Amino acid sequence: MNRTGMGRSAFQLLNYALLACVAIACVAPLVNVLAISLSESAYAAAGSVKLWPVHFTIESYIYAFQDKLLLPSYWISVQRVALGVAINMFLTILVAYPLSKEVREFRLRTYYVWLLFITILFNGGLIPWYVTIRQLNLMDSLWALILPSAVPVFNCILLLNFFRQLPKELQESAHVDGAGHWTILWRIMVPLSKPALATLVLFACVNHWNAWFDGLILMKRPEHYPLQTYLQTKVISFNANALLGATKEELESLMAVSDRTLKAAQIFLAALPIMCVYPFLQKYFVKGIVMGSVKE
Amino acid sequence: MKKGYASRMWAREWPMHLMMLPAVLLIVLFSYIPFAGLAIAFERFNPSKGFFGSPFVGWDNFEYVVKMPGFGQVLWNTVYIACMKIAGGLLVPVAFALLLNEVVSTKFKRTVQTLIYLPHFLSWVILGGVLTDILSPSGGLVSSLLGWLGADPVFFLGDEKTFPYVLVVTDIWKEFGFGTIIYLAAITSINPVLYEAALCDGASRWRQVWHITLPGMAPIIVLMMTLSLGNVLNAGFDQVFNLYSPVVYRTGDILDTLVYRLGLVDAQYGVATAVGLFKSVVSSFCIVVSYICAYRFANYRIF
Repeated sequence: MNRTGMGRSAFQLLNYALLACVAIACVAPLVNVLAISLSESAYAAAGSVKLWPVHFTIESYIYAFQDKLLLPSYWISVQRVALGVAINMFLTILVAYPLSKEVREFRLRTYYVWLLFITILFNGGLIPWYVTIRQLNLMDSLWALILPSAVPVFNCILLLNFFRQLPKELQESAHVDGAGHWTILWRIMVPLSKPALATLVLFACVNHWNAWFDGLILMKRPEHYPLQTYLQTKVISFNANALLGATKEELESLMAVSDRTLKAAQIFLAALPIMCVYPFLQKYFVKGIVMGSVKE
Repeated sequence: MKKGYASRMWAREWPMHLMMLPAVLLIVLFSYIPFAGLAIAFERFNPSKGFFGSPFVGWDNFEYVVKMPGFGQVLWNTVYIACMKIAGGLLVPVAFALLLNEVVSTKFKRTVQTLIYLPHFLSWVILGGVLTDILSPSGGLVSSLLGWLGADPVFFLGDEKTFPYVLVVTDIWKEFGFGTIIYLAAITSINPVLYEAALCDGASRWRQVWHITLPGMAPIIVLMMTLSLGNVLNAGFDQVFNLYSPVVYRTGDILDTLVYRLGLVDAQYGVATAVGLFKSVVSSFCIVVSYICAYRFANYRIF
């Protein structure tokens, strides 16, 4: 008994240590980048910054804001999230309600469900998608970032499954009292689904905020780039172009050039909004993930 | 009488059709019209002539792709990287959830959870920037750590040999926290009476994990396994695109990045669409099989 007790505490000690190490490994890279962004560039270039700034300065942030494209790209991202999420949610709710009905209540339900489901099973791929958007003359407009992903099919399915779990009697009694579908949806279903809707809003926000590739290929002018696309062109594409055809030694020196603090500042500015809301979101995200995966 | 029934049904159903209308229109525009656009794969596509006005060339684009040097390698890279990600992405969260479940202190547990899924919410653009910095051989966090341990710095992102493994490890790093939540939820839904009974029978901690916790998690593990089958050709465009460079194309180039470069950089629309169509067809097959398996083995129905 005593031996198993000893073994148990040894295991617990090791386990705590391991978990703590992994948890640190998840955030240390981000802390490192933050520390670099707040250090003097000579020290950052020399690689002497670890998890705490060396010779604290906010010069890199002043530098980052001097770029005339930074603030507009923030504004585009904010518009995109506000408008995009509103449209996503409106359409998700509108789609989930009829599809949560039984076939006898809504005879074409099965056909609509398949119309949506096929888009999960098969997609046309990048090029036809791109050409379609170009033919529709959406290039270079904010709508190109919003309309193609306006109907989040997975979210619709999550919400329709949630609607189906709500007691049917509520809808039936409202129907008897003369309420139409529109009233039932907005006065009964939506208020009852607030936690589920909150989760979906957050999913949609993060998706829109983090999207970068559509901005890169659908926006022609850099003034129209959302923030993540702006960051991509500043921090990553620059590297890739500079590296084209370079030897290994050249590569190593190029990657070390001293705009390191500037890049770190730009990275951090783009990550900041998510990091600010993150502690508040996580409660809902845990709920949402569980809602989506462990279905009754 | 019959007509009365039909019009009554219509009166009840038309608001629901109206609710579906905007979404259906958008889906047709942005998902179904691109299906028609797959015709590009069989054409020498000319953007000014549109999907159906361009000259038809049959299987020429596919022949070109198959003969293209390096296509086999790209296909291999895609499957290799994707499969390693699938395996790691299943095992690591399960193991981590089991370890986290052994923790007694709720505060510690919650703190660890909060920290491990932070990377999930950041885009690959941000993480690409972060990783390029910390993996840099001169002065990056990782190489200073290696130096501290007495090892030579490694140029992780600039070396063909290490690049695919960097992709796998960083992908698991980003996503395992998210998976852990799902498995932890499954563990907490196991009836505690089972553990009490096992304790009475004198079962050790190991035995309890083996005979109660793991079987309790089995349905969700099987479900995740089957659903991940659909990703055999998804090696992660966002990640690769933000981390790779021409020096690692040989081992790091995947189908999606190839499509991007062929189509949008070189403007070889037909060839790029052919590669994309190939990927879509194989992926769809895998997804359909995965849903059938999920339905058979985990009793999972998506709607």
